[in-house]
Amino acid sequence: MSSDTSELIRQDDVTIRFAGDSGDGMQLTGTQFTDTTAKVGNDLATFPDFPAEIRAPAGTRAGVSGYQIHFSSADIYTPGDAPDVLVAMNPAALIINYKDLKPGGIVLVNTGSFTDKDLERADCKTNPLTDGSLSGFRVIQEDINQRTIEALAGTPLGKKDVLRCKNFFTLGMMYWLFSRPIEPTLEWLVEKFGKKPDLLDANTRALKAGYNHGELLRLFQGRYEVPKVDNVEPGTYRNIMGNQAVALGLVAGAELAGLKAFLGSYPITPATDILQYMSLMKNHGVITCQMEDEIAGICTAIGASFAGHLGITTTSGPGLALKTEAMGLAVITELPLVIVNVQRGGPSTGLPTKVEQADLLQSIFGRNGEAPIPVVACSCPADSFECAVEACRIAVEYMTPVILLSDNYIANGAEPWKLPALEDLPHFEVKFVTEREGYTPYTRDAKLARAWAKPGTPELMHRIGGLEKDAHTGNVSYDPMNHQIMCETRLAKVMGIRDSIPTPTYYGPDAPDLLVVGWGSTYGAIRSSVEALQREGKKIGRLHMRHMYPLPHGLPEIFASARRIVIPEMNFGQAARLLTSEYPQFKFETHYKVQGKPFFAPELKAHFRKILEETA
Amino acid sequence: MSEIQQLKAKDFKSDQEIRWCPGCGDYSIIAGVQAVLADIGVARENVVMVSGIGCSSRFPYYMETYGFHSIHGRANAIATGVKVANPDLQVWVITGDGDGLSIGGNHMIHSLRRNVDLKIILFNNEIYGLTKGQYSPTSPQGLKTKTSPFGSVDAPFNPLQLALGSGATFVARTLDTQPKHMKEVLAAAAAHKGAAFVEVWQNCVIFNDGAFKDWTDKTTRDEQTIMLQPNQPMVFGKDQDKGLKIDGFALKVVPASEASVWDPTVDSAGPAFVMTQLDADPAMPRPFGVFRSVQRPTLDELVREQITTVTQKRGPGALKDLLYTSDCWTVG
Repeated sequence: MSSDTSELIRQDDVTIRFAGDSGDGMQLTGTQFTDTTAKVGNDLATFPDFPAEIRAPAGTRAGVSGYQIHFSSADIYTPGDAPDVLVAMNPAALIINYKDLKPGGIVLVNTGSFTDKDLERADCKTNPLTDGSLSGFRVIQEDINQRTIEALAGTPLGKKDVLRCKNFFTLGMMYWLFSRPIEPTLEWLVEKFGKKPDLLDANTRALKAGYNHGELLRLFQGRYEVPKVDNVEPGTYRNIMGNQAVALGLVAGAELAGLKAFLGSYPITPATDILQYMSLMKNHGVITCQMEDEIAGICTAIGASFAGHLGITTTSGPGLALKTEAMGLAVITELPLVIVNVQRGGPSTGLPTKVEQADLLQSIFGRNGEAPIPVVACSCPADSFECAVEACRIAVEYMTPVILLSDNYIANGAEPWKLPALEDLPHFEVKFVTEREGYTPYTRDAKLARAWAKPGTPELMHRIGGLEKDAHTGNVSYDPMNHQIMCETRLAKVMGIRDSIPTPTYYGPDAPDLLVVGWGSTYGAIRSSVEALQREGKKIGRLHMRHMYPLPHGLPEIFASARRIVIPEMNFGQAARLLTSEYPQFKFETHYKVQGKPFFAPELKAHFRKILEETA
Repeated sequence: MSEIQQLKAKDFKSDQEIRWCPGCGDYSIIAGVQAVLADIGVARENVVMVSGIGCSSRFPYYMETYGFHSIHGRANAIATGVKVANPDLQVWVITGDGDGLSIGGNHMIHSLRRNVDLKIILFNNEIYGLTKGQYSPTSPQGLKTKTSPFGSVDAPFNPLQLALGSGATFVARTLDTQPKHMKEVLAAAAAHKGAAFVEVWQNCVIFNDGAFKDWTDKTTRDEQTIMLQPNQPMVFGKDQDKGLKIDGFALKVVPASEASVWDPTVDSAGPAFVMTQLDADPAMPRPFGVFRSVQRPTLDELVREQITTVTQKRGPGALKDLLYTSDCWTVG
């Protein structure tokens, strides 16, 4: 592109929210902006926010789809709080989002979608562009519909298709405004529309026109530069979404175990992407079966584990409920199995596209009988790979089902991920039993994991199942004492996992006035807010948990050093309840939010500050 | 290589004492399966028996093969996982009318639709036995049971029709009282490549004794049943003097000499479906034998093929390629 002469304003930290109708292509606009920003070398975090309806009535508030990206010259941990820039493609998108904007923030409005009819659809009695709603913001009005039509003059596409290119025009404008190169998106367009020259040409022209429009028309007062992060840890990076990282981690985990991955699943928001990603990995020997229901998903995975594969199933809360009985079967048959639960708002169907952490206790305790299952929780998209590998390790080393908890915020959020060196990954290769000597189905190793002999192995024919088995022979047993011994053994095996997991790192001053304990996707908001208070000299520290069950060693020593302990959670205090029952000598305070939205750093900071003031 | 040893039926018996009620039809079915496995010469380690919950589902414990006694209704799904993971195994599903058609009905129809290479034996005794006598999805309307003291008002499934409607490539029916016929049918099922659905009429001596007596009693069975033989005229009767003739969408009784020839391998499932409708007509004999036997690719085969094709096209995947993609960037 031509160089331009606009004034460059350095800004180290920017949050943009793209908002439009579900059909406006805002998710695509956001992901393109993200990928380009990652390549420029900024740290970033994103959060898409879309309705459960695929196409709610056009132009209505229910149909607004948003995508927020936070990018910076420094390390960041959250997708941002109040946006600096709002791109609103129609009145509904504007009305729903403008109140979140920072004072003085920029609002780019597509006036082409502000007819009386558009206003009526968005349930606006008055026009927010003229009724004073936007005072205090820098409003840039542009008829993006008309500009796109002009840019595509002469295209063979019909008007409807032409207007569908308006998101690329918008993207071009934002690229100009934030000094991003358009080349990565141009390359992406070639890849995407290479075989459809008309669409390729139209979107390319729209993107370039948008960029040039920013430059030529001086709509904006200046142009921003967000320099790349200087002190980035050396290494190779890629931009990753949580679901993608989980898929990669599961495939890597199976390989590190020397097994083939077998995914039995059923599509459910927001976990479906994992099944979709893994379906692409056929040349890695990954078997994926989209089954008839959630139960069949987990049951095929259990069958595959019995046959010597690493069985995996992926789901979200309601699906986890359906899989409950089969999870008990995996517990009693002591087969390795990874169950991924990408949490969403509940109960029941709840808020399928929103975030919540309310399945923690269900995951740990929600089964009939004494059925302990280890639970590992991802804290952010980049952490999800390691957590998935860890879930696979525990599953095969301890011959047990493992639940990997993610949530919608992690699953659909994206951030740069420093790729691990392959040689640094843990190896936990499975050794199947092949010798008859001394074999019974419940022969155990030092970790209490039972011997794994797979069908097809001569002389090791055996039967497993949901009925209790004799600890020695593996035959069905109703012996009262044997049942107690088997229950105790299964529990002792799972509790023994403690010896293989690290104590979470505490970050903060000695003897803090306030210790913030977190788990899951509250990581970014907790870290940002605690670090901000630490910079003010406050005696506040934090620790973030990965292993939710069994709990790692060393926690009481950390808890004992703090005057007060608070746990922010997107539930009514499930981790607090868990820790209270485990460590009744400490008081764990709950700070909750169940709005289908993640915590924002400022609200946590305010809460922590309040506690610190009380403590002072 | 170890020398090939010819296994006998008893070699497929585990050391566990069988705990079915004396006189239960299950005994004859397990004997039939053990005999067929010995006859076909499959290695014990390559056989997996998967069951759900119910009286019949204890079956795997009594077999000296690999076995998985799972949870209620889910045997077909677990067996699908076993077979797709390792297609070299011969996988059998042992289920009943409650397990396979009620709680597990969904998995049953989908495993048949997908044509997973499973040998499915549905023990049909038209009653819930393990829970001690409640009506099942195959109990006839009006049956008085503990949960239908005034007679069941539920219309029953015809298991064969369900299997045909689900796209099963092999559908057959036999009876616990006819071990020779059962062995023939089970051997045909074992030889079939694809989902083989075998309904076995099995008498529950405790909770539904005599449910099938019109068709099993020696004095009445020859007139009341017809044993279908592939490519043979459909004849029945004590003196083999009667026959069935296909007449449009129905069957009629004719002299043996006019009987149509039965062919379970025709593309259309229509004739098999017409045959199952005899069950609803008290004036007609009940058919047994192989109703349908056709070939189409199995799920386990297709899954393997797709992996092979994609691997040939893209090359065997390495973990490094999966992680270090073209959109990576390097710092420092």
